[in-house]
Amino acid sequence: MKRVVITGAGTINPLGASVPETLEAMAEGRCGIGELDIRDVDRLTIKIGGQVKGYEADTHFNRQQQALYDRYTQFTLLAAREAIGQSGLVFSGQLAAEAGVVLGTSGGGLNTQDENYRAVYEEGKNRVHPFVIPKLMNNAAASHVSMEWNLKGPSFTVATACASSNHAMGQAFWLVRSGAARVMVTGGSESMLCFGGVKAWEGLRVMSKDACRPFSATRNGMVQGEGAGVFVFEEMGHAKKRGAEILAEVVGFSMSSDAADIVMPSKQGAARAITGALKDARVEREAVGYINAHGTGTAANDKTECAAVADVFGSHADRLMISSTKSMHGHLIGGTGAVELLACIMALRDGVIAPTIGYQEPDPECALDVVPNTAREAQVDVVLSNAFAFGGLNAVLALKAA
Amino acid sequence: MANVREQVIGIIAEQAVLEPSDISMEQSLEDLGIDSMGLVESIFSIEEAFDIQVPFNANEPEKSEFDISSVAAIIAAVEGLVAKQKA
Repeated sequence: MKRVVITGAGTINPLGASVPETLEAMAEGRCGIGELDIRDVDRLTIKIGGQVKGYEADTHFNRQQQALYDRYTQFTLLAAREAIGQSGLVFSGQLAAEAGVVLGTSGGGLNTQDENYRAVYEEGKNRVHPFVIPKLMNNAAASHVSMEWNLKGPSFTVATACASSNHAMGQAFWLVRSGAARVMVTGGSESMLCFGGVKAWEGLRVMSKDACRPFSATRNGMVQGEGAGVFVFEEMGHAKKRGAEILAEVVGFSMSSDAADIVMPSKQGAARAITGALKDARVEREAVGYINAHGTGTAANDKTECAAVADVFGSHADRLMISSTKSMHGHLIGGTGAVELLACIMALRDGVIAPTIGYQEPDPECALDVVPNTAREAQVDVVLSNAFAFGGLNAVLALKAA
Repeated sequence: MANVREQVIGIIAEQAVLEPSDISMEQSLEDLGIDSMGLVESIFSIEEAFDIQVPFNANEPEKSEFDISSVAAIIAAVEGLVAKQKA
């Protein structure tokens, strides 16, 4: 089996338009959640979100590109440019044939759907722009990345709600580890902060009106965010031979299904995914120093996740750190695991553990070290990233310091 | 119908990323570097501009009633559709 390393990272999210900006914000415990600036916000009950503010599509894409790129595709392409740029890879010849792209998204081009439903239903128009379909489809982002970078190997999109990008990165990891690809561009993107997108989430009554406070006894729900995270996963020998800078090693991945409920999480399902990732990585549970939690800030997720971690790690659960950066950037749904993997890389490379901000009061059902409010310096060698989706689909990644 | 001509040329020029003055009547869309996607987008813009239905199927463009062989042909076809609309 091949070993898999990360040689590039890129992002645009509510905390910043690049990896350095994002890591700086995470280390400072800055909050990227604010008032939503979208059409018809006055008709929404939930008026906050982790929006990418100050973004001008015209700065990055021409008119013809914008006719084809939904906001989620634009975010993906910008993150991919940063990641592939950092890796220094150029895809041509045999390497192009052995390099692919697998990305996660839940809503795909939801803004495009929203705008065009509005046009035909609300405005009564009988005609829509010819590119609505290629713009809204869930694989548009992956396809445009493959076209921009000449990636001709295995390429597809994974949609498993809140676990989409962890599932995608898991597939990328397995493809490189098995030898089916030498390089995989992977991660995820989401942009559903539009009237219809937020309205649909309101319906579930799980959204907070003021802040995302994971693990705090005062938590009152999740906050939606938007953005993308993209990484270059590369076979270790290939990376070393060309002298590439290695950000971290991907050592394990596991997925499980609760097979129980369409929205309520299961402790057993989460625990099986965590245990599976440790087994796949062949690391002892005592080696894990940090877990980037799914930590949505809902009553159900946070207590179930903490119980699962306590079950898997036993007495070591009290010694490891677990934080939710969703408190800062919100829940990026299908792109969330990708942006959260940046916190894992920061922990391994810089020895900085991103905090769970907004933490006000301990909850006895979440009695773990959640790194409340301020970042912490700590040396960690193995980290996990949890993602537990609606539908009971769980995906956990394990990373090791390079 | 001078207005139709100007508007159609404007739409085609925008697709071709050219100035309207650079478009000549005998040119085909291919000459202007407009591909099949650009053609479909042009037809959409024409429908929007004149509020007409353009009979065009991208699967068999040669069988369509709408003549797209040159800029002049497109203008004539649009003028016909606009006249029919008004009648």
